[in-house]
Amino acid sequence: MAEKRFALLQGNEACVEGAIAAGMRFFSGYPITPSTEIAENSALRLPQVGGKFIQMEDELGGMAAAIGASVAGVKAMTATSGPGFSLKQENIGYASAAEIPCVIVNVQRSGPSTGLPTSPSQADVMQARWGTHGDHPIIAISPSGVQETYDLTVRAFNLAEKYRTPVILLMDEIVGHLREGVELRPAEEMEIINREVWDDPERARHPYRMDEGQLVPKMTPFGEGVGYNITGLSHDGEGFPTNSNEVTNAAMRRMLDKIEKNLGDIVTYEELMLDDAEVAVISFGGAARSVMGALDKAREMGIKAGMFRPITIWPFPEKQVRELAEKVRHIIVAELNDGQLTLEVERVVGGRCPVSHLGKIDGTVLKPDEILEKLKEVSK
Amino acid sequence: MASRLIDEYFRQSKLPHIWCPGCGHGILMRDVAQAIDNLGLDKHKVVIVSGIGCSSRAAGYMDFDTIHTTHGRAIAFATGIKLAKPELNVIVITGDGDAAAIGGNHLIHACRRNIDLTVVVFNNNIYGMTGGQYSPTTPTGDFGTTAPYGNIDLSFDLPALAQAAGATYTGRGTAFHVPQTVKLIENGIKNKGLSLIDCVSVCPTYYGRKNKKGSAVDMMKWQRDNAVDAKKAASMSEEELKGKLVIGEMYHREKPEYTAEYQKLIEKVGGAK
Amino acid sequence: MASPTKKLCVKPEWCKGCGICVAFCPTETLELKNGKISIAKPESCVACGMCEMRCPDYAVYLTEEGDN
Repeated sequence: MAEKRFALLQGNEACVEGAIAAGMRFFSGYPITPSTEIAENSALRLPQVGGKFIQMEDELGGMAAAIGASVAGVKAMTATSGPGFSLKQENIGYASAAEIPCVIVNVQRSGPSTGLPTSPSQADVMQARWGTHGDHPIIAISPSGVQETYDLTVRAFNLAEKYRTPVILLMDEIVGHLREGVELRPAEEMEIINREVWDDPERARHPYRMDEGQLVPKMTPFGEGVGYNITGLSHDGEGFPTNSNEVTNAAMRRMLDKIEKNLGDIVTYEELMLDDAEVAVISFGGAARSVMGALDKAREMGIKAGMFRPITIWPFPEKQVRELAEKVRHIIVAELNDGQLTLEVERVVGGRCPVSHLGKIDGTVLKPDEILEKLKEVSK
Repeated sequence: MASRLIDEYFRQSKLPHIWCPGCGHGILMRDVAQAIDNLGLDKHKVVIVSGIGCSSRAAGYMDFDTIHTTHGRAIAFATGIKLAKPELNVIVITGDGDAAAIGGNHLIHACRRNIDLTVVVFNNNIYGMTGGQYSPTTPTGDFGTTAPYGNIDLSFDLPALAQAAGATYTGRGTAFHVPQTVKLIENGIKNKGLSLIDCVSVCPTYYGRKNKKGSAVDMMKWQRDNAVDAKKAASMSEEELKGKLVIGEMYHREKPEYTAEYQKLIEKVGGAK
Repeated sequence: MASPTKKLCVKPEWCKGCGICVAFCPTETLELKNGKISIAKPESCVACGMCEMRCPDYAVYLTEEGDN
């Protein structure tokens, strides 16, 4: 499969190919619909490239083993869906606090609880941001098609390594099971970011102490003769537990700032027909595909509509959406949930223009006609 | 200045440790270092993985690559480390609650895979860090802060549990029986597969006090006076073994080891470099 | 009888006063003084190492003479 440059693939399959191109050599997970093909294809493909796949005993173990592999210096990923994403939150928090790069794929399905296992949804938007306890940095990115799944999986690994953080690839059942032609660009033709390690073992003993000009402190894999400590407890520059409020505050600030102060690098989005738009639809992932269908029809009817598609969901493209709100008369947020991203958009827009929610909570997709109706309604 | 063993394998700037006066964990942690020293392992290739609880603070004191993980998940983290880098000696230091309650699923499945990890359980028969709640190894009838009328749960026999799940080396030591416990840990590290050493600690602060077991010294004397070697125990009746603590090597056999099998799989499908 | 080659050392600043070393010393060499380890009778040490192996706090140990 990997030798071919062009292939007809499912989103879930493209995710695995992208991960391997990015350097993933470890996958640990647990079967769950609709993400299972990611585990299956990892099991098939990883040993072919000298990598390792392990089906763990549960979702918690799948997350934990991926972090373990990353600590050992191997790029690692796990994949799941709603119920499993809930279970992984504990160790996502650990990876965030201990700053261990890893990629977590969540192919969203309809919830809550077991919900509609084979139906699409985008109702884990807030969980992706706040699913684990405590203030913590996180990045979540969401593809709308198969090619983008390939490309964004590569980006997810790059961001994870660059910012020493777990990155959530927030897919949905639509994209996961969608089949499209995809160009499997080889690693040599892409930017691949690998972990920066210390050459000096003495300096490497401080994997949480940042030097001036650094984005994040470098981290040397286990087994390289450094002998340092990692903990999920609040820790000092050496990685040892601390009860100091001052040290904790500084460490927390540094961790949160590595994302908040680099939005320009992290945040990506797509703008479609927004130049003269009076109404903007904000949509992401699989739902954004329906919006594209609706926009052409709206334009034919004389409605000046465009789409803003956040590719980075977290951190949310606040500045861009605020600017958008200054330009358009109305914003519609089209998403497969009861208004999770709408909440964020409303917060960011802050009354600059009206914001309407258009959603689905029954396990079906938004149809272009439904979006068109909404566009007509707000354009009256 | 401390002893050569402590100098070489401990982060002295982090000592004295946080454990209570008389806690057996300090003795057991030294046993682990002694076993590593006796085997002459390259300390740069040793990784200590711990979970959460009193036991798991050990990771912070030992001078290796160490990782203090989440509650119950030490073995799952260790599985990732070992599979990613099989050349590392991965030793898990965990507790009775960490390994057998919240982490029970990871424990039995690591045993089933026979992945080459050495699981050293600092078993104090209680949840110490949270103040003395009953654990999966608290004997029936004993007291804990969540068993104010006596514990009605039946307890786990950890080596038997591990053996039944597929572990290839199991044994039990105590805080008192230092040379024997060191030997068991050594054998566990040498075994190419999942080894579990149940190290019965003493917790004078919570388990001891709640159950009127006396001081740390009294608890260690009890271990000295009531331990029966597994070989001898094999010929004793259930009646004779009542109130005794069976220690020593309990099980050892060879079976295919997980990471070695995976390497064969990689070679079979042509993925080897 | 002190060992000809090994010397008994204590590190009172690490001692928590549990008394395990005192209890298991076969020659009553050690004592607790103000709650900390102390060598009461250095001449009676037989360098058996019972104290070192069971001290939970690494506050007592034997060194080869001359290498401290």
